[in-house]
Amino acid sequence: MATDTQLALWEVFLQAKSGANYIHAGSVHASDKSMALQNARDTYTRRGEGTSIWVVPSDAIVASNPDDNEMFFDPANDKVYRHPTFYVMPAGAKAI
Amino acid sequence: MEKTDTVLEEMLKNFEEKINRGDAIEPKDKMPDGYRKHLIRQMSQHAHSEVIGMQPEGNWITRAPSLRAKQILLAKIQDEGGHGLYLYSAAETLGISRSELINQLHTGKAKYSNIFNYPTLNWADIGAIGWLVDGAAIVNQVSLQRTSYGPYSRAMVRICKEESFHQRQGYEIMAKMMAGTKEQQEMAQDAMNRWWWPSLMMFGPHDGDSPHTGDAFKWKIKRHSNDELRHKFIDKTVQQAEVIGLTIPDKDLKWNEAKGHYDHGAINWDEFYRTINGNGPCNRQRLAHHIKVHNEGAWVREAAEAYRAKKEKAIFNN
Amino acid sequence: MTQQQALYKYCLRLGDNALVQSYRLSEWCSNGPILEEDLALTNFALDMTGRAQALLTYAGKIDGNNKTDDDLAYRRGEREFYNILMHELPYGDFANTIARLFYSATFEYLFFSGLMNSTDETLAAIAAKSIKEVKYHMAHATDWVLRLGDGTEESHRRMQNGISENWMFTGEMFEMDEVETLLAGVSVVVSEIKAKWLSQVSKVMAEATLTLPTDTYMQTGGRNGIHTEYLGHILSEMQYLQRAYPTATW
Repeated sequence: MATDTQLALWEVFLQAKSGANYIHAGSVHASDKSMALQNARDTYTRRGEGTSIWVVPSDAIVASNPDDNEMFFDPANDKVYRHPTFYVMPAGAKAI
Repeated sequence: MEKTDTVLEEMLKNFEEKINRGDAIEPKDKMPDGYRKHLIRQMSQHAHSEVIGMQPEGNWITRAPSLRAKQILLAKIQDEGGHGLYLYSAAETLGISRSELINQLHTGKAKYSNIFNYPTLNWADIGAIGWLVDGAAIVNQVSLQRTSYGPYSRAMVRICKEESFHQRQGYEIMAKMMAGTKEQQEMAQDAMNRWWWPSLMMFGPHDGDSPHTGDAFKWKIKRHSNDELRHKFIDKTVQQAEVIGLTIPDKDLKWNEAKGHYDHGAINWDEFYRTINGNGPCNRQRLAHHIKVHNEGAWVREAAEAYRAKKEKAIFNN
Repeated sequence: MTQQQALYKYCLRLGDNALVQSYRLSEWCSNGPILEEDLALTNFALDMTGRAQALLTYAGKIDGNNKTDDDLAYRRGEREFYNILMHELPYGDFANTIARLFYSATFEYLFFSGLMNSTDETLAAIAAKSIKEVKYHMAHATDWVLRLGDGTEESHRRMQNGISENWMFTGEMFEMDEVETLLAGVSVVVSEIKAKWLSQVSKVMAEATLTLPTDTYMQTGGRNGIHTEYLGHILSEMQYLQRAYPTATW
């Protein structure tokens, strides 16, 4: 007899309406893709929360390590020239 | 040894600084063992409560007295199952599987809310569960939306959003019955009498006697004390009971002008501890049912896994 | 039988099918093989209760005696219920429930596709709403038939059992009588969808490594109020509060 499990873990992403970002809603357990989609539908869209669903096996997600946060994210902090407010526009210029 | 201790101390210092800044803790962040353990215990207890709580309410699904009532009750119990699912998932981010969590429930290592060890004996009990039990739970859950662990807090935000109809539907049942026949009124008061005290017990022992509160407060898992939350619940419920003509079964219940809240009579803590330790009206029934259903479902889960394995093999062989 | 009486009975048959089916599915609440499936089965029960509500409300209007959906659901006796027998049988194990859902959802998908073209606007509107729900029920049930049929030895045995045990109750889905004849244009000619149903069911059976029974003996009676022994128990439970406190409103 195979060992009993609660089936594999999947992460669920919902798009609230077309054009919107997909946002993580939570997880479900399922043995295959089709079941994962249906379970996500039955669990996370009971109140019309979504019009499109992504499901991803949880173990397929690669997450950054908090220990790397300084090297990953801090170097972006001083690149102010990436933001439009960095630039000085001549007085009177419009629509820019 | 010494070096490990320094590393641990450093980690704990960073962790507590983070908590004090009000930052959320996320799954991959370093956290003290005690924090992780406390969370697993609390979240799994919470998840099990949602799932075991489906049983006393499920007891009335086939007897719901109207199509509307049946739909509401079904949707509500379905929500409870969903909430259990969200909470299991949140607990799983701490590296414990749902199988293990269920196993802990079955072996008695994990607990669930005491309230579900009481039976639902008439239709008004469904009203009382929604109004009083969910009402008490919401007070606690609203406070937990700001808990320090990210996945737990996110699950609670979602749960609170969905729970908001639960208490209203329960109160509606009570109100309808109090406006109904004499027999309906008697049922409603009977339910009130049986569910009031267990609902107050849901907040746990008085602050002085609560075993787990110290670290939970320091780590911002818990944001308000048991007694604080209990008073909040009593204060809002007394008025609601008055409006529909229900009597609160507590002779000592009195408004305390100085404290700005109601004083209540003594809670029967013997009953509370006796029930927690396994000797309530329905403890054995609830757990036995969960184990039976779990065991009866094993062949289905095995089949689903076997089918997936076959299909994967077929793809590989092609 | 007048046209009006025929329409009344037609609506009751459809409404009772939804009502009794939802009753059995709702019994799965807190009994599912995995939490996710518990939610799925409850969803189906909710879809069907909603459908029953719409159909019984309409039946009450046709009858013209101010009967509400609840009056019809909770105050009719056994002989006045017209659902097919399959829906009232005890739900059995998960494979049995899936077999029945698979048979009926596959049928209902074809049926409501037809009813969408009914000349009766209310029925056409109910069908247009139901078809979306039923399509999902069919997809979900079909997936499980495949998983269980081609899963383990045990699941195969149980699934085959579910398919075989419920087979003799499928004939009633395709029965037609005076009611349907009187309602030409309003009702669906179910005898015409039987071939499509059989072909769809057979296709899934083959993929699931299951065998469709070939016996021709079919149970009948529910559509005319002659039921199995199980319906009486459903009604005594479902109607308990309404019958015990007839003057109360809930």
